[in-house]
Amino acid sequence: MEYEPVIGLEVHAQLLTDAKIFCGCSTKFGAAPNTHTCPVCLGMPGVLPVLNKKVVEFMMKMALATNCRINRECNFARKNYFYPDLPKGYQISQYASPPAEHGWIEVELNGWKKRIGITRIHMEEDAGKLLHDELNPVSRVDLNRTGVPLIEIVSEPDIRSAEEATAYLRRLHEILVYLEICDGNMEEGSFRCDANVSLRPAGTEAFGTRTELKNMNSFRNVQRALEYEIKRQQYVLEGGGQVIQETRLWDDTAGVTHSMRSKEDAHDYRYFPDPDLVPVVIDDAWIDAVQKTLPELPLEKRERFVRDYQIPVYDAGVLTASRALADYYEDVVRLSGQPKIASNWVMGDVLRFLNEGKRDIRECPIAPASLAEMIRLIQEGTISGKMAKEVSEEMYRSGKTPQTIIAEKGLVQITDEGALTKTIVEVIGKNPEQLAQYRGGKEKVFGFFVGQVMKATQGKANPQLINDLLKKMLAGDK
Amino acid sequence: MELYELSIHELQDKLREGETTSAEITASVFGRIDAVEKDVRAYITLMRETALAEAERADLAIRKGERGALTGIPVALKDIFCTKGVRTTCGSRILNNFIPPYDATVVEKLRAAGAVCTGKTNMDEFAMGSSTETSFFGVTRNPWDLERIPGGSSGGSAAAVAAGECIAALGSDTGGSIRQPAALCGVVGMKPTYGRVSRFGLIAFASSLDQIGPFTKDVEDCAILMNVIAGYDPRESTSVPEAVPDYRRFLGLGIEGWRVGIPKEYFIAGIDPEVEAAVRRAIRAVEGAGAKCMDVSLPHTDYCVAVYYVVAPAEASSNLARYDGVKYGFRSEGNRDLLEMYKKTRSAGFGAEVKRRIMIGTYALSSGYYDAYYRKASQVRGLIKRDFDEAFTTCDVILTPTSPTPAFRIGEKTDDPLQMYLSDIFTISANLAGIPGISVPCGYTESGLPIGVQFLAGHFQEGRLIQFASAYEKHAKIERRSPAL
Amino acid sequence: MEKIRINKEEVAYVAHLARLSFSEGETEKFTAQLNDILLYMDKLNEVDTTGVEPVTHAIARENAFREDRVVASLPAEASLANAPEARGSCFQVPKVIE
Repeated sequence: MEYEPVIGLEVHAQLLTDAKIFCGCSTKFGAAPNTHTCPVCLGMPGVLPVLNKKVVEFMMKMALATNCRINRECNFARKNYFYPDLPKGYQISQYASPPAEHGWIEVELNGWKKRIGITRIHMEEDAGKLLHDELNPVSRVDLNRTGVPLIEIVSEPDIRSAEEATAYLRRLHEILVYLEICDGNMEEGSFRCDANVSLRPAGTEAFGTRTELKNMNSFRNVQRALEYEIKRQQYVLEGGGQVIQETRLWDDTAGVTHSMRSKEDAHDYRYFPDPDLVPVVIDDAWIDAVQKTLPELPLEKRERFVRDYQIPVYDAGVLTASRALADYYEDVVRLSGQPKIASNWVMGDVLRFLNEGKRDIRECPIAPASLAEMIRLIQEGTISGKMAKEVSEEMYRSGKTPQTIIAEKGLVQITDEGALTKTIVEVIGKNPEQLAQYRGGKEKVFGFFVGQVMKATQGKANPQLINDLLKKMLAGDK
Repeated sequence: MELYELSIHELQDKLREGETTSAEITASVFGRIDAVEKDVRAYITLMRETALAEAERADLAIRKGERGALTGIPVALKDIFCTKGVRTTCGSRILNNFIPPYDATVVEKLRAAGAVCTGKTNMDEFAMGSSTETSFFGVTRNPWDLERIPGGSSGGSAAAVAAGECIAALGSDTGGSIRQPAALCGVVGMKPTYGRVSRFGLIAFASSLDQIGPFTKDVEDCAILMNVIAGYDPRESTSVPEAVPDYRRFLGLGIEGWRVGIPKEYFIAGIDPEVEAAVRRAIRAVEGAGAKCMDVSLPHTDYCVAVYYVVAPAEASSNLARYDGVKYGFRSEGNRDLLEMYKKTRSAGFGAEVKRRIMIGTYALSSGYYDAYYRKASQVRGLIKRDFDEAFTTCDVILTPTSPTPAFRIGEKTDDPLQMYLSDIFTISANLAGIPGISVPCGYTESGLPIGVQFLAGHFQEGRLIQFASAYEKHAKIERRSPAL
Repeated sequence: MEKIRINKEEVAYVAHLARLSFSEGETEKFTAQLNDILLYMDKLNEVDTTGVEPVTHAIARENAFREDRVVASLPAEASLANAPEARGSCFQVPKVIE
C-alpha cells in the first residue's frame, strides 16, 4: 500500500516591534531575567491590556505578502491553561475570529512550482521561559518574553513531503525577513515551527490520524523530524496498527520522535472572547496604506533579476538572499550598466570578503559606486582583470575608491604596443629552448611565455594584447 | 455636629472659611474609627500615619491657596484597588501579603485631587457576595444594627461612610456591589456607565461588568467624587473617550416634566412590604417634584440573575487563574510538585464562595457547555440590553427598589447561595446593560433599618441621574439620622 | 425524577481544570449546590435567542491602540518583591512532574 503524507505547518514568528504587544516593555532579546517586565505583562492583579498598533500593521504586512484576505473585524480570545510561564493563567490569542485567512505562497522544488495554502494568520502574545534545574526538583521562571508579540501562520495541509515542508518554511522565513517584521532567528526562538503529520492511502481524500510534532529548532531538524515521523507512521500502518493522535517531541540527538505523555488528556482551553479587549476594525484605507509600504518580495525580485538582468536563476537566488544584498547589487548595476559582470563580482569577491570578515553587506566597505567604477575601468582596459583583484582587496580593506588606489599603487595597465613588444622580445630572447619547443609544435609552451611576460610587466600588461603580440612574434613575425 | 459627620461640601465650606483644617478633620475621623471600628469592622488596613501626613500636606496646600477637588478630605478605598506600597488583599487569603508596585488610576486621581486616604475597607472576597460575609478578614457589621450585614460586596466602604469612619469612599459594582450596600447602610452609592471610570488597577472580578463608583452622604458629594474619578484612561481598552461634564452643574435643577418609568417586573412578590411602601413614597415624591410616572416593561428581567450567574463566574474563573502561587500572594507549603502547588495554594487560598463561582464559570466555558451556557447567556444579555434601550425611548429615568429587603441577619443566607444571588435581582440588570445607576436613601423600616431607591438612566447619563437624585433628595426630605453606635 | 445537571465525576474534572481540590465532603456539598445553580440556569432555555448576537461588551468601542514605544519596565527587584519563592532574578516553582 502506498501512503501519501499530509503535512500542515504552524509557524510562530516573533515580531520586531520595539515594545510588547499589550504593554510598553522592551522586546529586546537577551536581557537579564525579569528586567523587561511590568505589572501588565507580569499579570498582576488589576492590570489591563492595550494593543500595540504596530503589531496589527506587521500582521497586515504578512497577510498581504501571502495573499490572504484581511477580515474587516477581528477579536481577541483567552486561551485558558495553567503553566508557570503563563502569568495570567491564560494566553491572549485569536481563536474564533482571525484577522487574515485563505492566503497562499508559491514554493519552488526541483524546478516545480507549487502553491501551499495559508489557512490563517493571527496575533497573540508569547509566554515566558521556564528553566529546569538539573539537580533540584525546581524550575525557574523568567517572564521577559511574556507579551512579546507573535503572529501565528497556519498552513493548509497541502504539504506532501519533508522536502516540501522545508521549502515552504524557507519561503515563509525569507518573506518575514524581507518585510523586516521578524528576524527569523530559529536558535533564539524568534521563528518556531510545529508540524501536523498524517498519512493516507495514496489517491484517497479522507485524512488519517495526525500527530503533532514539536521541538524542531532548525530547518534541517524539521526535515529530519518529518522524514522520521512519516517513516514511523508508515511502519505502524503497514503493521496493521493505528496511529495514535498525540503530541510528539523531536529528539535531535537520537534522531527520533518521542510521545509526550502528559497527565492532561486533551486540553480544554475554554476559549471565550476577551472582555478586556475591543474589536480591531481594519478598513480598506488602512489596508491600502500598508500595501504601499510593502517592499518587492523575494520571489518577484528574483524573477525580475532573471528577466531584466539576464542572469541565471541560481545567481538571482544568491543575490536576493537579503534585501540589503539585492539593493547593493542593483546599485552596482545601475551605476555600471553591467549586470552580469556586477553579479560575478558581488557573488564572488564581495561575498567572499564579507564571509571571511563575518560582516553583513550593510557594513561592506566597498561602496556600490566604487565597485561600479572598478568595473568601468576594467571595461576600458585601464586595468586588467588581475589588477582588479588587487584593487578590490584594497577597496575592501581601506574603503578607498579605485582611482585613489590605482594612483597610489601605480597600477595602470600597460597597453602600449611598443613597450610591450620590447618586453616580449627580451623574454623570447631569454628562453630559446622554449621557443624551439613552441615552434616545434608544443602549443602548451605558449602559457609559459604568457607567464613570463606577466612577470616581467608585474602583471600590468593587458592580457589580450600579450596574447596577440606573443602569437605573432612566436610565430616568427617581426 | 462632629466633623466626621459632615459631608464633603460642608467640610469644604469650613476649610474655605478657615474654620477647620484637614488635620482636624482627619483626627476627627480617626477618633471615630477608634471608637466604633471594633464594632463595625469596616477596615482591613488602616493608614493612620500616611493619612495624618497627607492631611498636613493638604493644609499646607490650602494655606498656599492651592485647593484641589478633594484637598484634605478623608476618603476610604475598598481593598480591591491597588495602592502602591500598601497591602491590597481583595478580602482574600490568597492576596493576604500582596503589596502592589503601582496605584490604580482612580487612586492616582484621588491623590492628585488632594484626598487623604484613611485605609482599605473590607469586602466580600474578590467582590463575590452581597453581604461582606465572605471576607477572609471577617464580617463587617451594619452600623444600623450590628447583628446585620451591611450588604456587599463593598460592605466595608458603605459601613465606613454610614458610621462616620470616613467622609466618602470608593467601591466597585459588578452586580450591585455599590448600590445594594448603599441602600442597606443608608448612604448614596453610584455605579457609573461601563467605561466611564477607569478599571486599571481594579482587581478584576467580571471584566465586562465591573465598574468603580462613590459612596457618599448625599448627592452633591457624589457629584464631587464623580468629577474626580470619571474620565478616559488610555491604559484601559474598554475606557470610553467621552467628555466628562461638571456633574455639579446638574445639582439643584428641577425634574419638571421628566418621564419616570416604573418597571412592573420589579414590583414582584418577595419584596419586603416596608421596602415597597418606601419606594412607593419615593414615587409620590418625584411626582410631587413635577415628574410623570408611567409603567414600562423590561420583559427579560426574570432572566437577569441567570445570565449574570453564567457570565460573571465565567469571566471570574479566567480572571482568577493568575492566583497560582507563582508570582505573588499566598503559596501553600510542602508541595511535592507543581500540580500539587497549584491545587493546594488555590484550595487553601480561596474561600468557598469564590471556589463555587470558579467552578460554575469553568463549567460554563468548558468544552461541550460553552454554547449552552456562556453563549446563550451572552445572547440573553443582548436582549436585556435591548429592553433598556427601548425603555429609555419612552422615559428619562427608571425607578426601582434597590434591594428586595432591608439588611438581613448575619448568617441568614450563607447556607443557600441561590437565595443570596437573588438579593441582587434589582441591581444586576444595570451591569449587564452597562447603564449607570444610583441608590439614594428613601426611608427607614420600623426598626430603623435604611431603605434605598434606585434610579437608572441611559449610557453616559450620570448627569441626568444626579439631577434626578438631587431633585428627589430635596423633595423627599428624608430624615438624616445617625446610627446609634 | 430529580434532574441532575452535574455529577461528582464532572465536578472532579472541572475542579482539576480549575486547579482546585476538594475533600469528599466538600465535593458532595459542592455537587449539590452546583446542581441547584445549574438547574436554575435552565431558565435561559425559555428565551428565544434565534438571530440574537452574543453581547460581550456593553459599550461598543473599537481600535483601542497604544503606540509602539518602549516605557521603562519595573526593576527586577520590584517584579520579584512579592514572589513566594525567588532565586537569582527568577521566580522559583516546584518542578512539573512529567
